[in-house]
Amino acid sequence: MNDLSVYAAAGILLFFIGLYALFFRRQLLRKILAANVMGSGVFLIFIGLVKQPGQSTDPVPQAMVLTGIIVTLCFTAAAIALAIRLKELNEEHHSATRPEDDFG
Amino acid sequence: MILADFLLAQPWFVWLILLPLGGAASTFVLPRRVAPIGFCCALLILAGAVFSVCQLTATGSLTQAAGHWSAPLGIVLRADGLAVVMLATTAGVGFIISCYALGYFPARGHEPSRARYFWPLWLFVWAGCNALYVSADLFNLYVTLEIVTLAAVALTALEGGAPAVGAALRYLLTSLVGSLTYLAGVALLYAGWGTVDLSLLSQVLTEDPLSRTAMALMICGLLLKSALFPLHFWLPPAHGKAPAPVSAILSALVVKTAYVVLLRLWFEVFASFDRAMTAHLLGALGSAAIIWGSLMALRQERLKLLIAYSTVAQIGYLFLVFPLAGAETAATVWTAVILFMVAHACGKAAMFLVAGTIQQTAGHDRISQMAGAGGPIGVLAVVFALASVTIIGLPPSGGFFAKWLLLNAALATGQWWYCPVILTGSLLAAAYVTRVLSWAFLDVRRNVCPVSSRVMKWPPLALCLVALLLGLAAYGPVRVALTGAPVTGHVLVEQRP
Repeated sequence: MNDLSVYAAAGILLFFIGLYALFFRRQLLRKILAANVMGSGVFLIFIGLVKQPGQSTDPVPQAMVLTGIIVTLCFTAAAIALAIRLKELNEEHHSATRPEDDFG
Repeated sequence: MILADFLLAQPWFVWLILLPLGGAASTFVLPRRVAPIGFCCALLILAGAVFSVCQLTATGSLTQAAGHWSAPLGIVLRADGLAVVMLATTAGVGFIISCYALGYFPARGHEPSRARYFWPLWLFVWAGCNALYVSADLFNLYVTLEIVTLAAVALTALEGGAPAVGAALRYLLTSLVGSLTYLAGVALLYAGWGTVDLSLLSQVLTEDPLSRTAMALMICGLLLKSALFPLHFWLPPAHGKAPAPVSAILSALVVKTAYVVLLRLWFEVFASFDRAMTAHLLGALGSAAIIWGSLMALRQERLKLLIAYSTVAQIGYLFLVFPLAGAETAATVWTAVILFMVAHACGKAAMFLVAGTIQQTAGHDRISQMAGAGGPIGVLAVVFALASVTIIGLPPSGGFFAKWLLLNAALATGQWWYCPVILTGSLLAAAYVTRVLSWAFLDVRRNVCPVSSRVMKWPPLALCLVALLLGLAAYGPVRVALTGAPVTGHVLVEQRP
């Protein structure tokens, strides 16, 4: 096993840790973080699997991973904005009428 | 003559991506003119789509390398039959939804901010959809899927209440998982074969554990995004809680995007693989979706949730294509599924739009309290019934012809067990539509209802009529859909006893 497939294996591990946490954690912030961990796993797989030792580095997967990071960043920002809004709405609701079940 | 040549030489499908993108960006510069800008864009896109259909029938499918960088390094855009049919459907349905949105989000109403956010987000969704249809590159498909999803999530949250924001958040997280899983598959394919171009991949790809894992990951991710049973849990709240034009956009257009990617993968990239088990699994899940979605639709108390569950059921039909695509029925199911997508887009958008009008007229969308609304709701209920003709699959609607072709393929490939599923789905659809109608006509005691504006009544009716008469003009979309298609054979297969 060369050192690059160690990265790929770590990526696969991160992917499944993130997937597990996304489905079994109840707090919203943890779910969002779990999605980020999953994303990092995918990017590690991308970089780790593609680069063959002994050859020059292929820039295409790096460009793709960079695009992927931007996309994940946008998603995280949108998710956090929505989560904050949801918390505010639930607090308003809480103080106004009856206790509402926490989403997530 | 020179003008005709000039028009034919234009890459119209590229303009169809740039127009909504430019429009969306310019609404940020001119926030007071959002609605006119949005509507002008919708008109121009409609014109561009007409040109690109003419171009396809005249010259066949076109490719365009973005920035003149060709395949392995650059991104290839390709307008083939599937892409152009979807571009035209999105343009037609999108134009009518835009007309309706002019009335639904009044610019000078008490909530002008909703119009200000609706138009740019809707144009971003439109640009993403158009770019997705013409992308011939796995990674570009990922990026366009994400553009569509991100804008669609923001549109879902437009209603503003806690249920809508919660539904939007769940939609966002679910589709993030879906797209990351898809991206993992793309990574494996790039690692194995060094390209993400669809046509290059289909030439070099051979079946090995790596590419089979990639196929499984990509299909799983796309199933999550296209909400196939049992991964549909995010769809009904998101589509049910959004404002009516947004629900129409999500159900008619956005759900189909992930499915179009899946269709391209299945028929182009992984065409040479031995996939009988996967096909039967997808067929079984599709059948379960048809039955489960229809039964859940029957049980709903609210009209918009009923329509959302109906979407879950209709998505099931799209997945029957995979087991039914045999050697000689490939063209049949290809035609059937494209016709089905067009018919469903028109019918479902009309249903959601008319549900929005009912909600504004009656002040709620509880099915059981529609009884006795009499006059104004009665007319809208008729429009609802017309829209559901294609969802049920009655002749001469597009839905009828699509289901007929699916039945034909099921019999020709000897998989008769899909026939009762298709027919039961139709029966259940008729049941849940009749349930709405029976309440609406139960009692003719008249309540005082506000009169809804014309712009909220005519667009759904126009869409209904398109869906209803699509079957009569089915030759046009079928011929366009088969241009440059990765399938060969007859559209209707002869039955042998």
